[in-house]
Amino acid sequence: MQPNDPILKLRDVQVHFPVKTGVFKRVTGHVRAVDGVDLDVRRGEVLGLVGESGCGKTTLGKAILQLVRATQGTVTYSGEDGETELTSLDDAGLFRFRKRLQIVFQDPHSSLNPAFTIFGSLEDPLRHYGVKTREERRKIVGDLLEAVNMRRESMDRYPHEFSGGQRQRIGIARALSIEPELIVCDEAVSALDVSIQAQVLQLLMALKREKNLTYVFITHDLSVTEYLCDRIAVMYLGKIVELCDAEDLYANTLHPYSEALLSAIPVADLDKKSRRIVLQGDVPSPVNPPSGCPFHPRCRYAVDRCKTEVPELRRFKSAKGEHMAACHLIDQPLAE
Amino acid sequence: MANDVALTVKALKTYIYTNNRCNRALDGVSFEIRQGKTLCIVGESGCGKSVTAASIMQLLPTLSRIEEGEITYHGPDGPVRIDQLPRDGAKMRAIRGKEIAMIFQDPMTALNPVYSIGFQIKEMLKYHTGLGRSDRHSKAIDLLRSMGIPLPKKRVNEYPHLYSGGMRQRAMIAIGMSCNPRILIADEPTTALDVTIQAQIFELMDTLKRDHGTAIMLITHDMGVVAELADDVAVMYMGNIVEAGPVGKVLRNPVHPYTRALLDSIPVLGRGKDQEIKAIPGQTPDPYNRPKGCQFADRCAYRIGACDQMPDEMQVAPDHRVTCWRYEEFAADAAE
Repeated sequence: MQPNDPILKLRDVQVHFPVKTGVFKRVTGHVRAVDGVDLDVRRGEVLGLVGESGCGKTTLGKAILQLVRATQGTVTYSGEDGETELTSLDDAGLFRFRKRLQIVFQDPHSSLNPAFTIFGSLEDPLRHYGVKTREERRKIVGDLLEAVNMRRESMDRYPHEFSGGQRQRIGIARALSIEPELIVCDEAVSALDVSIQAQVLQLLMALKREKNLTYVFITHDLSVTEYLCDRIAVMYLGKIVELCDAEDLYANTLHPYSEALLSAIPVADLDKKSRRIVLQGDVPSPVNPPSGCPFHPRCRYAVDRCKTEVPELRRFKSAKGEHMAACHLIDQPLAE
Repeated sequence: MANDVALTVKALKTYIYTNNRCNRALDGVSFEIRQGKTLCIVGESGCGKSVTAASIMQLLPTLSRIEEGEITYHGPDGPVRIDQLPRDGAKMRAIRGKEIAMIFQDPMTALNPVYSIGFQIKEMLKYHTGLGRSDRHSKAIDLLRSMGIPLPKKRVNEYPHLYSGGMRQRAMIAIGMSCNPRILIADEPTTALDVTIQAQIFELMDTLKRDHGTAIMLITHDMGVVAELADDVAVMYMGNIVEAGPVGKVLRNPVHPYTRALLDSIPVLGRGKDQEIKAIPGQTPDPYNRPKGCQFADRCAYRIGACDQMPDEMQVAPDHRVTCWRYEEFAADAAE
């Protein structure tokens, strides 16, 4: 097991939700939330998953954890005991792997049960994964709370007694409790104020170094992604349109969507006022995505070919490892 | 100078009462909004940004009141003391919407779901202009068209749930702009929107400012938005403006420790992984149990004995003011 080996391999993952209409709940179409994603998550990296709302980033995160099952494609986990295809396992078979893959949810207010004390929420995973005695669980929960810079005594209090930042740290402690290898952070800092956001980001980074974690960091905030992530995958309408090293995405943007997305972000730096590229219209409906390249109706470079042909994710030359993008108009792909 | 001021707020104190307790939501806030300029009010949640807007619009909750201070609207017929007008009197209703309009944060809750978008725009025109029925209808279509909403003739009769988030927000701006107000108050208008849609809204607000000379007061928590749109900035913390001035001075040479900490705590796009972000320790104090003296003192790295007293507002430059005892040291430091 080398540090850069993939911990997860996603191959052609598709998640389609049926749209039911009428009295008889006839299936009239499918929301193609995730529409064919190939992705490797490497051990020990922070992989950013960015895109606008509705692009399928959260669904992809859940599909990684098998919280929603992929309608097609495979998710393969590789650990010390070899490779396992998670998508072919049933719930009982997944039990063993749930321990290794955990999630931190977006909204710290709704992801903790208000009727449970913090200890109640945090001991649950421990009990399921074999920590038998209450004393032991109390000790572990106390240690966890200290690991996320909170007081041990907080475990006997209820969620409403804590602020948003503290609750998010409790959510992180819960994800850490059964010592996972990979944590999916679904907009883990988006609901927090900036001063608190920095605290949580620093905590996440410290924990990663300490416990050798792998993160899949789902967010819409590219400034955070750039600071935190090793690699970034930009999603649009259920597909990955660009995948590359974090610094490369900014320094050497290839896909027109990434370009527009980056230019739209207000930068807190007066010397870097860039020209906004204003995209027309909204993200198309994933029930009825445009033909060809999903981005072509909003793309300022679109040519006729984009309307008919779906671009493949191709490999391009880059100083920093691989740089993949799905666009017909970029020159010189590297030969496979 | 005096001519282009659209609204002056002087030593405004707004208190909110709940459960026999008093939250001094605004504790002496002064600023002015200039014609054709954008004033950004920036701060964390709970600092009083929205209460400021509600005080100006006289839309405060029932159990709250303006205790002290002045809000003066410099209208075409001379100055009007808004804080002395009855909340739902004829004069206030004539100003609210016509002279001073507001865009709310969440377009889904601010628009009425049982009336069509067209009805809600025409309602404004009906009460504030002398236009006839058919003129109002064509004006509503024109407004939607100028907001970049496709097929305005058809869309004008549709209901809010048929609009996407960005379109709803544009419809809200259309309502706000329908009577060409002299002041537009935007309370986090893009927080619920994606960055590419946010860019569209910003473009729109820039156009309004340029073409109609509208004075804009923009409430935000995003320093990036400030850098991009503001002419003047006021940084708020716990009901006080801690620093205010032209955007170039406040962002380039911040003098108040809170402004500095805020700027240091956000990752900036394009600075890569090596940038250092510094979290602000602790959290905002409980509004019912405020610290004595400077509200930021408990989290401030530069605290001295004098901070137990609330500092007065000091002038760093004629147009740059700060509320900090040690401002001279920081100003000298910033000038270097």
